[in-house]
Amino acid sequence: MEITDIRNYVPTTFGDWVPKFGELWKAQISTLRHRFGDDILEARMPPEYPTDVPIIYVKKESILNVLSFMKTDSAFEYNFLSDLTATDESVEPRFELVYNLFSTTKLVRIRLKVRLRDDEEAATAMAVWPGANWAEREIFDMFGIKFAGHPDLRRILMDIRYVGHPLRKDFPLKAYQIFTEPELADPALLDG
Amino acid sequence: MRDGSTGFLTTRLEQFISWGRKNALWPLPFGTSCCGIEMMSTLAADYDISRFGAEVVRFSPRQSDLLIVAGIVNLKMAPVLRMIYDQMSDPKWVISMGSCASSGNGLFDSYCVLKGIDTVIPVDVYVPGCPPNPENLLHGLLGLQEKISRGDTHAQRRQRA
Amino acid sequence: MSDTKYKSVLNRDPDDLWEDSRAIVNIGPIHPAMHGAFRLVAKLNGETIENSYGEFGYTHRAKEKMGENRTYHQYIVYTDRMNYVSAMINNTVYAMAVERLMGIEVPERTIWIRMVCSEMARVIDHLVCVGINAVDIGAFSYFLYGFHEREEAYTLIERLCGSRLTTSFTRIGGLMADAPEGWEKDVKAWVKRTRKTIDEMDRLLTMNRIWQKRTIGVGVITKEQCIEYGFSGPNARGSGLDVDLRRDQPCMFYKDVEFDVPYAKEGDIFSRYLVRIEEIRQSLNIITQCADRIKPGPIWCEDKRVRIPDKDVVYNTMEGMIHHFKFFMTGFEVPAGETYTQFEAANGEFGFYIVSKGSSKAHRMRVRGPSFWHFQALPLMVRGLKVADMVATFGSINVIAGEIDR
Repeated sequence: MEITDIRNYVPTTFGDWVPKFGELWKAQISTLRHRFGDDILEARMPPEYPTDVPIIYVKKESILNVLSFMKTDSAFEYNFLSDLTATDESVEPRFELVYNLFSTTKLVRIRLKVRLRDDEEAATAMAVWPGANWAEREIFDMFGIKFAGHPDLRRILMDIRYVGHPLRKDFPLKAYQIFTEPELADPALLDG
Repeated sequence: MRDGSTGFLTTRLEQFISWGRKNALWPLPFGTSCCGIEMMSTLAADYDISRFGAEVVRFSPRQSDLLIVAGIVNLKMAPVLRMIYDQMSDPKWVISMGSCASSGNGLFDSYCVLKGIDTVIPVDVYVPGCPPNPENLLHGLLGLQEKISRGDTHAQRRQRA
Repeated sequence: MSDTKYKSVLNRDPDDLWEDSRAIVNIGPIHPAMHGAFRLVAKLNGETIENSYGEFGYTHRAKEKMGENRTYHQYIVYTDRMNYVSAMINNTVYAMAVERLMGIEVPERTIWIRMVCSEMARVIDHLVCVGINAVDIGAFSYFLYGFHEREEAYTLIERLCGSRLTTSFTRIGGLMADAPEGWEKDVKAWVKRTRKTIDEMDRLLTMNRIWQKRTIGVGVITKEQCIEYGFSGPNARGSGLDVDLRRDQPCMFYKDVEFDVPYAKEGDIFSRYLVRIEEIRQSLNIITQCADRIKPGPIWCEDKRVRIPDKDVVYNTMEGMIHHFKFFMTGFEVPAGETYTQFEAANGEFGFYIVSKGSSKAHRMRVRGPSFWHFQALPLMVRGLKVADMVATFGSINVIAGEIDR
């Protein structure tokens, strides 16, 4: 009878993207460092750091410039915002905004991150992608991160009368709030 | 005893009415998630709920007398469910289809899911499953018909009281 | 009757006729036109939609929070309740994401079976979408054709895993159970029948004049808007955005099968319908190719961390018993790292963004549902249309409540 050991370590390869796009990523990151200088805080490359695509940490103030540059420049063309979300790290700087980008022409992916302290506001990406609207509302709903310049920052998944932000790590799973009246439509949202 | 007393007449009349009611249920499908898809299968050709006289689907609560709650009801939806139930005219029946509607399923301990719709409205028949097969829903419907003919549902008890 | 008398009336702008008849209409959350629990509030001028906004969250089930409170193995059952029409794809993507985090290679047989299941789920999803869209416009019998083949497909899936809708079929590093003997043959027979049905459905509806008048030029979204709003899948391909992750970012064995990616340029309901119908045919082709290549072999990977111990070992040895207990009570540990794994689901790019800190539960479990991004652009697509066209447009982008709310 063989003894089952569940602790043997297997190195992670994360698919075949590193041999395929590794050189492209390196060139792009050096271009970014050259252009934005200190605004690029850190770059984590896949083989050394356990991730599937490079993670680029960008300063909060310059994220919009970096995003619009990466969207339009011909060497990047990350024109598709695949996903926009956040994580709660429980230690300061507490939150990380995560932008997952995809290029529909070069068919390659990359990930941008922005670190935020608990009381800081982020900049809205709606000027670059109008579709970031609801994703940012969801982040506000779930994490309580405010986006400066967002036109309609309301709760999106939870009831508007709900108190608290569920996906924060200190929010209990079983917090239960009961409403007796349904949420009403707001005609003011239809103006303009 | 066929002595022509009024008691005899009303009892038989009640039975006759509930016989009519049980064979002509007009459901209002309150489908929110997965169970709603299985409810659609039940309404479609292969399972064909019209064999049991319940195919006249009405989306207006005023025109229907059977509320099939199919799928999860969360805290945002709960007041809506109560409102729709209140808008239906008596006598009205409720089938709670699926584990989510009956108890909250595997999400019972989360911050937004109602722990069973019976905390909001009275339920006559619970159909277990996640989601229940169409056969199970039909079985639940037959169970409801039996309950109606016995006069054992919440609505009928309310009426007698 | 002199013309001058009625001139003021005849020259009046038709919009002025309704000048004082603006109304605000609330549709949903429970309404036959809303597939699932959505709500659309529209400002109408007569019957024309001037402005609208959508609202959801009526089926929010805390899936992302659950991902942080359940082990990776326990979370499998939560994945198929996201897009419940094509649950098999969600299972596959989730398993792929965790396997990528752990560096696990699954056996060939497993991958072929997963591919057959994914394509079957895609066929089911498209059949439901075009069927319900046709019902909304008034072609009821069309829906019954599609639903019959769908029931047949569910029978096949039921043979595989015992459940129709919420399958929970994949395991991390393998499958719940092996396919029964002769299952591939039945799948191929089903493909043959479905192909006939699709041709029949095509003849029934595509050239129908009422259908064409209701759908051509309605609910238009351009290619540029698709990119701005994060559209993907058949909805984006209906507008000419020629991206299919199965072809462009191949995972599993999609490199080894032949299929075409259909796309249309107009971006209206009709072109989305055509893309879906053609995609069903291509998926059927893929299923036949995969079913031919399913060879006997193991379905579990050799990795002891994720492999559920055989019942024989569990009941007869102490070590097996302990392993079984540890596996189900505390779960296996996933090495620290992060991945955003995506796959072309029936509606578009469906992805799991998992951040692991080395424990048996995820640090962050984010689900990217394509419908979330599609529903966002609905007010844009229905502006200036009639209410009835809004219903048709809404049906054509195939918004699934479970995928948005999660």
